[in-house]
Amino acid sequence: MSRILIIAEHDGQSLNNSTAKCVTCAQAIGGDIDIAVFGSGIEAISAEAASLESVVRVIAVDAEHLSAPIAANWANEALAIADGYSHLLGPSTTLGKDLMPRIAALAGVNQISDIMAVNAPTSFKRPIYAGNAIIDVEAPAGTKVVATVRIASWSAATATGGASVDVRSASSNAVSHTRYVGLESGGGERPDLQSAKLVVSGGRGVGSEENFKVIYNLADKLGAGVGASRAAVDAGYVPNDMQVGQTGKIISPDLYMAFGISGAIQHVTGIKDAGTIVAVNKDSESPIFEISDIGLVGDLFKVIPELEQLLG
Amino acid sequence: MKILVGMKRVVDYNVRIRVLSDGSGVDTDGVKMSVNPFDEIALEEALRIREAGKAEEVIVVSAGGDACQQQLRTGLAMGADRAIQIQTSEGLQPLSTARAFLKIIEREDPGLVILGKQAIDDDNSQTGQMLAALWDRPQATFASELILNGNSARVTREVDAGLETIEIDLPAVVTVDLRLNEPRFVKLPDIMKAKRKPLDVFSMEDLGVAIEGNIEIGHHTPPPQREKGIMVEDAAQLVEELKNRGLI
Amino acid sequence: MTEREIMEYDVIIVGAGPAGLSCAIRLKQLKPDLMVAVIEKGAQIGAHILSGAVIEPEPLDQLLPGWRENPPPVCVPVKKDELWFLRKNSRIRLPTPPQQKNHGNFIVSLGSMCNWMAEKAEALEVDIFPGYAASEIRFDENGAVGGVIIGDMGVDIQGNQKTTYMQGIEIHAAMTVVGEGCHGHLSKQLIRKYELDKDCDPQTYGIGMKELWQVQPGRSKPGLVQHTTGWPLDSKTYGGSFIYHLDKDRIAIGFVAGLDYEDPEFAPFEAFQQMKHHPMVHELLEGGEILSSGARAIVEGGYQSLPKTEMPGALLIGDAAGMLNVPKVKGTHQAIRCGMMAAEHISEFASSAGFDAKLRDSEIVKELYKVRNIRPAFYQGFWRGFIRAAIETITMGKLPGTLPIHADHSTLLKRDVYTAPDRQWVDRDLSPRDRLASVYFAATEHDEDQPVHLKILEPDICTTRCVEEYDNPCTRFCPANVFEMVADSRVNNDSGLRLQINAANCVHCKTCDIKDPYQIINWVTPEGGCGPNYQNM
Repeated sequence: MSRILIIAEHDGQSLNNSTAKCVTCAQAIGGDIDIAVFGSGIEAISAEAASLESVVRVIAVDAEHLSAPIAANWANEALAIADGYSHLLGPSTTLGKDLMPRIAALAGVNQISDIMAVNAPTSFKRPIYAGNAIIDVEAPAGTKVVATVRIASWSAATATGGASVDVRSASSNAVSHTRYVGLESGGGERPDLQSAKLVVSGGRGVGSEENFKVIYNLADKLGAGVGASRAAVDAGYVPNDMQVGQTGKIISPDLYMAFGISGAIQHVTGIKDAGTIVAVNKDSESPIFEISDIGLVGDLFKVIPELEQLLG
Repeated sequence: MKILVGMKRVVDYNVRIRVLSDGSGVDTDGVKMSVNPFDEIALEEALRIREAGKAEEVIVVSAGGDACQQQLRTGLAMGADRAIQIQTSEGLQPLSTARAFLKIIEREDPGLVILGKQAIDDDNSQTGQMLAALWDRPQATFASELILNGNSARVTREVDAGLETIEIDLPAVVTVDLRLNEPRFVKLPDIMKAKRKPLDVFSMEDLGVAIEGNIEIGHHTPPPQREKGIMVEDAAQLVEELKNRGLI
Repeated sequence: MTEREIMEYDVIIVGAGPAGLSCAIRLKQLKPDLMVAVIEKGAQIGAHILSGAVIEPEPLDQLLPGWRENPPPVCVPVKKDELWFLRKNSRIRLPTPPQQKNHGNFIVSLGSMCNWMAEKAEALEVDIFPGYAASEIRFDENGAVGGVIIGDMGVDIQGNQKTTYMQGIEIHAAMTVVGEGCHGHLSKQLIRKYELDKDCDPQTYGIGMKELWQVQPGRSKPGLVQHTTGWPLDSKTYGGSFIYHLDKDRIAIGFVAGLDYEDPEFAPFEAFQQMKHHPMVHELLEGGEILSSGARAIVEGGYQSLPKTEMPGALLIGDAAGMLNVPKVKGTHQAIRCGMMAAEHISEFASSAGFDAKLRDSEIVKELYKVRNIRPAFYQGFWRGFIRAAIETITMGKLPGTLPIHADHSTLLKRDVYTAPDRQWVDRDLSPRDRLASVYFAATEHDEDQPVHLKILEPDICTTRCVEEYDNPCTRFCPANVFEMVADSRVNNDSGLRLQINAANCVHCKTCDIKDPYQIINWVTPEGGCGPNYQNM
């Protein structure tokens, strides 16, 4: 039977939602699921982790040198407690991508990156070539599976569990060669387009730079990032760092709302991994309706005010 | 100090990737092969460090069959001083790659190893971190800024929450992200000069590294196609749909 | 401005197509010590070239004896020829004219053949440089052609230097061989400067569009060469299609429309897509997928339009001059022969003088002479053209008289005097849905932050006269949707439209430079390495 250890991601205040998604992936693998929380002052975070469904035990390693997510420190600690586990999982976030390969090398195995689906306890599906091909991979028999979990492919486990919390002091020492200096948050009131969970986007149909205000206003109401099609950028409605598409940003928000965008393949390439695509366009023949999850043929200048009213 | 830069031969980023109908792999027949774009950024950074007088030598390293010498020559044409090929015809995965690189590190004793954050073919994003682990040295991944200060470096990393800054003692491994720099173009005369720069070849046996622990790669499938979803009549229906799906 | 860095060669060849590469190989075979370089604007050899293509192998046998033991990657011997006349829902098999009897010939991918030839050239120590654009001619102290100037790289859309700015070097060479293919931009300048066309007719062209398809197993019959004419074109528009069956369940399918068409509303890309929906073709493609697509203008003027090919310090070879045999639909064998001839001439005389006379006396021009009246016969419409073509074929071009060739940009009729016939076009269901989707398969790429390489010499015409007179045909004849007329409330003209140039879509076909009725579009090279990335095309 599998024994799975998930390395939790947190920011010192609360558990990151990516951890709950690792739990869902672990459930698909099957077996006992433990979560390791590394940091200092982590009672609340450990309690959050313990509340996730199907988790058996939370190992809370409280140590000053673990408070910053320095990969060398966390990897050494993870190795120190890894005995007996068949699987070590982390999220495929920047934290998990930084940390888990270091753990894999110390454990003497290759890592399986970006698990999209579980076929069997040692067999998984993952994307390569920027998601243009999906491969089935099999970990070599008798070795630990060290893997990262593709966040967009899994739902978050619910907080219906009741695991025990095992508080420990660190089993490993701090490294001196790496020091945490600080974090500068995204900045600006609006979420960064590249990482936003919700994105509202405008195309040539918006018509002008002034008209783009309706897009910005809707985005702010939803707490969304703002994007644009190449046509809107070329027409001078918005600066080019807002361009979404083959030659702009490739994004994967949970919700992408496209207003006045025809949906040429070059744009769609930039959003092919979005969770849900909503399209609003006057032209019912627009190619975007061929791939949108929810489509509305209509004038964006009528639809957007109506949306804002309904959203209150 | 010396700087080692990894250069991987990959399918060019412009190529439209297609899965073979028997699922055995991706169609690479007649496709253009290039240097992994992140590796060009890594090399550009190394060259700038040398040009600022903080390093004496930039060495490009590539692991693979003899065809990867083409990418090494590109690296030399960009301005690297020397090239090393780790020659192997078998499928290399990050762990074996990192182990082989470590042997080169032991020979060359560099102050800095700069790699791309991931290769655009396997999208593994592992080799740099593994190398740092095996070398027992710092790693600074997804770097968007690198400032050297004598024996240490201040690295700004692109993380999900924003920009994180860490300080690392050299020697260390840095993996680079897109926004670190914009690689220079290659001047024609430098292509000619590159032909005369040294390119040494070591086999995995020479280095004493066996390829082991490979993850078995099975069936390839194309990504699921997005299908047409539902159409709604008005804003009210749209909002209801979004609420039902828990999106707003 | 800083002085450009200089590289020196004995011979610099512009364009790594069959003409340029044949010249390079032959030069090194004759004079191994000669310093020879080939400059190619595509990011890799073959990236910017496409053709059907069925080639006659004899010139290749001369250039590279033994090539048949190690042929290029895509090389299928022709087994059968078919010529079809299509109507919307039916087809009639026509007798295969002698020019289309391909026994002994091969279906190849011209792009991968060039790549294969380039390897042989490099083995002979030719320096080949893909990814660099020869953007200007360098003239020496005597005013003769003395090499080329490589385009600057790292320039932003305003024309300012970016951090990556790299000034293009000058390549000095005693001989410059221009092998840019159809309607090259350097050729255009040289022809004008040296008046190379003052004694010949204007050049005339077709637009060739091609797609490579992976079809359902069993549908491709390797070695089958099919050509069609008739539907979807009307009798006044010259053109037809080719369907070449390759191995590995692949089919190369394409369409050529003569650019001397009259209808201002005509959309060549749409005609190509229509042809694919003819029942005979649809059943081949249905269920398959597109691997690659692209377009390129082709030369059709032949003998009458052949300019002088020599000038001080330089030669025009291959289709840069225009040697394609229209009824055969083949130009590669001519290009190879011409490249070899140029190499032989240069190595013997170290000069361009006398090349043109030799060319006119050669098999290359004799072949063009034989078929000189076939293309212009079609100016009278399809049926008259067909009959005259048959006569010319039977008499092998020996009848006296030579029909003149007209310039394509002068044949477009104005909207108010033209009524299009009922084209009987159908609804489409095969990929690609439109030109943007097609461009995606060309894998064309241009850094968007660079000067727009389609220079409009008098942009006011686009939003005023042209809207009225021709309804902006550029928005239809470009196969890549580069030109768009967009309604914009900010503009100050009667039409309320502005010209939007999507330069990044460009596939370097040169149709715009050819067909624009006002001749105000000037195509220049974008940054080296930009453009399509054709594979196996």
